Amino acid sequence: MTEHEQHFHDATNVTNPEHGSHHIVTPKVYAAVFVTLLVGTALTVVAANIDLGLFNPIIALGIACTKAVIVILFFMHVKYQSNLIKMTVGAGFFTFLVLITLTLSDYISRAWGLW
Amino acid sequence: MADTIATTEPAAEHELHEHVFVPQHRHHFETEQQQREAGSFGMWLFLLTEIMFFGGMFFAYLLYRNWYYDAFVVGSNQLSLPLGTANTAVLITSGFFMALSVWAAEVRKRGLLVLLLVLTTLLGIVFLGIKYVEYKEKYELHHIPGEHFDVSEFVNPAAYGITNEKPLPPDMAQKVQLYFFLYFAMTGMHALHMIIGIGLLFWLIARARRGDFSAGYVAPIENFGLYWHFVDIVWLFLFPLLYLINRHPMK
Repeated sequence: MTEHEQHFHDATNVTNPEHGSHHIVTPKVYAAVFVTLLVGTALTVVAANIDLGLFNPIIALGIACTKAVIVILFFMHVKYQSNLIKMTVGAGFFTFLVLITLTLSDYISRAWGLW
Repeated sequence: MADTIATTEPAAEHELHEHVFVPQHRHHFETEQQQREAGSFGMWLFLLTEIMFFGGMFFAYLLYRNWYYDAFVVGSNQLSLPLGTANTAVLITSGFFMALSVWAAEVRKRGLLVLLLVLTTLLGIVFLGIKYVEYKEKYELHHIPGEHFDVSEFVNPAAYGITNEKPLPPDMAQKVQLYFFLYFAMTGMHALHMIIGIGLLFWLIARARRGDFSAGYVAPIENFGLYWHFVDIVWLFLFPLLYLINRHPMK
């Protein structure tokens, strides 16, 4: 670990774009994430039992997405990774959204005017 | 790859590259850090293919839920909310221990690493146990899609003591099969990933006991952690989508 700390720290990856700086996430951060995830789960269950109409699925998915982002950033260390890995993760989710949008727009427009 | 040790002579290697710290460092990587990042990068590429794999099922769910919403609500309310919530908490706790495992490997605490990996595994097994109880109930109620699927509870809920749901017309009641098909496909694929993960955990525990990951080489623990957390994330979406579609019918 000390060897890593002696390395030149290049936070913005300017001089050494390939190499992210190595970071050890502390148990404290993990514990905070853990509690947040449990609270999020409790919130989802509570929210689901209240009739909010259209907002029920929106809130449920909103909480799920927030939890997923927290897991990705801290448990999966993306917050501390190089720009390459951040871009890779972002590109994956972006591509997934593109595929969903294109396929949905097909299904939505198939019976256009037939109802 | 992970098991192979760089074969260049240590003395000559040391003069040329003073940054070589671990015997697992492969000669085609400039630095240990570069090797580690290449590993993470590869792992993430694999996880992206997994997003696409589960994404197809999530899309099918999205579409059919919109087409047969009433059937999906009835199917969803057949699931046990206490068991689903408990399982979510179990999986989050398992993920927490997995995250701590990476930390234990980084700070080179062998005993703690083994303990945390064992806890991760145990909670994974508890998750599968609860899932088994849920599946078994569906089997007994004939709610597994196919020839023996029984719609009587959905067309006449009052006869089964369900007072807060409207009876479904027979054609819509058949669509509950589609809900359960997606339920079993999605949670089944998720469970399969868990089973594979638990198998890998046994292998990692054996290696961790040997001290493989407590001398500066943590890549296998870290990359397995990425897999385990990914499986957690899938569940974080499955839980609200399958269990919580509409928990307040006719309220």
